[in-house]
Amino acid sequence: MTEMLEKIEFTPFLLSFKLAAATTLILFLVSVPLAWYLSQTRSRSKPFIEALTALPIVLPPSVLGFYLLWALSANSPVGAFFEETFGIKLVFSFTGLVVASCFYSLPFMVQPLQNGFESLNRHMLEASYLSGKSRIQTIFSVAIPNMKPALLTALIVTFAHTVGEFGVVLMVGGSIAGETKVASVAIYEMVETMDYTSAHIYSAIMLFISFVVLLSVYLFNQKQNRKFGF
Amino acid sequence: MLKLQIEKRLHGAGGEMKLDIDLEIEEGSFVAIAGESGSGKTTLLRILAGLEKAEGHIEIADEVWMDAKYSMPVQRRKIGFVFQDYALFENMTVEENLLYVEDDRELAAKLLEMTELVSLRERMPGTLSGGQKQRVALCRAMMKKPTLLLMDEPLSALDPVMRQKLQQEITALHRTFSTTTLMVSHDPSEIYRLADRVIVLEGGEVAADGTPKEVLLKTQGSQKFSFEGELLDIIKVDVIYVAIVSIGQQLVEVVVSSQEAEYLTIGQKVTVSTKAFAPMIV
Repeated sequence: MTEMLEKIEFTPFLLSFKLAAATTLILFLVSVPLAWYLSQTRSRSKPFIEALTALPIVLPPSVLGFYLLWALSANSPVGAFFEETFGIKLVFSFTGLVVASCFYSLPFMVQPLQNGFESLNRHMLEASYLSGKSRIQTIFSVAIPNMKPALLTALIVTFAHTVGEFGVVLMVGGSIAGETKVASVAIYEMVETMDYTSAHIYSAIMLFISFVVLLSVYLFNQKQNRKFGF
Repeated sequence: MLKLQIEKRLHGAGGEMKLDIDLEIEEGSFVAIAGESGSGKTTLLRILAGLEKAEGHIEIADEVWMDAKYSMPVQRRKIGFVFQDYALFENMTVEENLLYVEDDRELAAKLLEMTELVSLRERMPGTLSGGQKQRVALCRAMMKKPTLLLMDEPLSALDPVMRQKLQQEITALHRTFSTTTLMVSHDPSEIYRLADRVIVLEGGEVAADGTPKEVLLKTQGSQKFSFEGELLDIIKVDVIYVAIVSIGQQLVEVVVSSQEAEYLTIGQKVTVSTKAFAPMIV
């Protein structure tokens, strides 16, 4: 047993978590203003933006992966720009994976945050403006601290969803050991090469982590709801 | 002096309506705004606060808050606003709610003292009663030392006892700071107690404007007692008719003649009055 465990290569897991952490951080910074805008606007463009951000939920990962691969490759203007200006290759690299993951997991960050912002008492936000506080101050001092369950859901689900992604990662990143071979891709390869023992261990670890993460979210939300007497 | 002249199209429950108001309000006065729901009371307050846009001109103490080209952002208007639903910052303690507005511990302590909230200073809003929450909201509104205090039905969610207590505290705060105050209210006794002027809005326009006595007292001529109520029922008892009228929170019976019973319709507004009558108050 110990011999078997010693044989396990943990790099794919580390890569998965590194990717998820980077994606969650970037998406949080991008999604707070976007979700805030969507929660406050009465503009006619709102449904279009909402539909666009929700697309990754319904699109087959292969479709999203294909478009991203096409957009990020050195043959497209975007890929060429990054390669020429910053010397960054966006396909089959870790950076490319982060970019792709940000698109893929966007709705999982935006939607809970938007719901959270929308559920806040509008008068409470106005009271903050009336206190002389700017919009940014209001978001960080009043809005976000009053929607902790939504915030936690957004962060955790985005993180977990990124750890769990497979199709997009495979298409954009391929399977370069130590660079783009994340846990889900590694499991796929093990199954392909009929290394069922490793596949079992890897899968069990993923299953366990995912469950613990989700359980902690629900436990926290239940506690919060009790605290506020819902 | 507060001068305001505003126009705004509203899409209310009763269809299109135009809010068209031209008023001057003296500094330090306490004005009650009354009127049926949908008459534009809340919108008027929100426009003054800068929370809603409108056409026109607002000027207070020689400072222009709004004109044709300019609208001062809500953050810069010196306004205290009290909402009906308290709207406290739920993530902050009572004291933090006040200090968030202005880091003036002395003023916060004074306000908490005046409203008997000192012992609750470390509590979270979620643990307070409605009356306590509204007192916190009132203190918070005063933290900016506003030139204009706006209150949108601040007491209508509270029970009668709490309401009276808050009325006393509002009076005390108004005496201490003499802030020009506009308060939306439906309660005639509250208006009578607090305000020195009443403005009644109807369909977006000023329908009445005067002292509470002039506007609210319903008696005319030689009538000594007069109440407005809703006719609930007419019952025939032997040869007479008895009308059941709901006045305020009470039901009263009034004898009516058969002719009167014929032209009255159930549900209509009626006035019950009496002349030359010496009531006993016990």
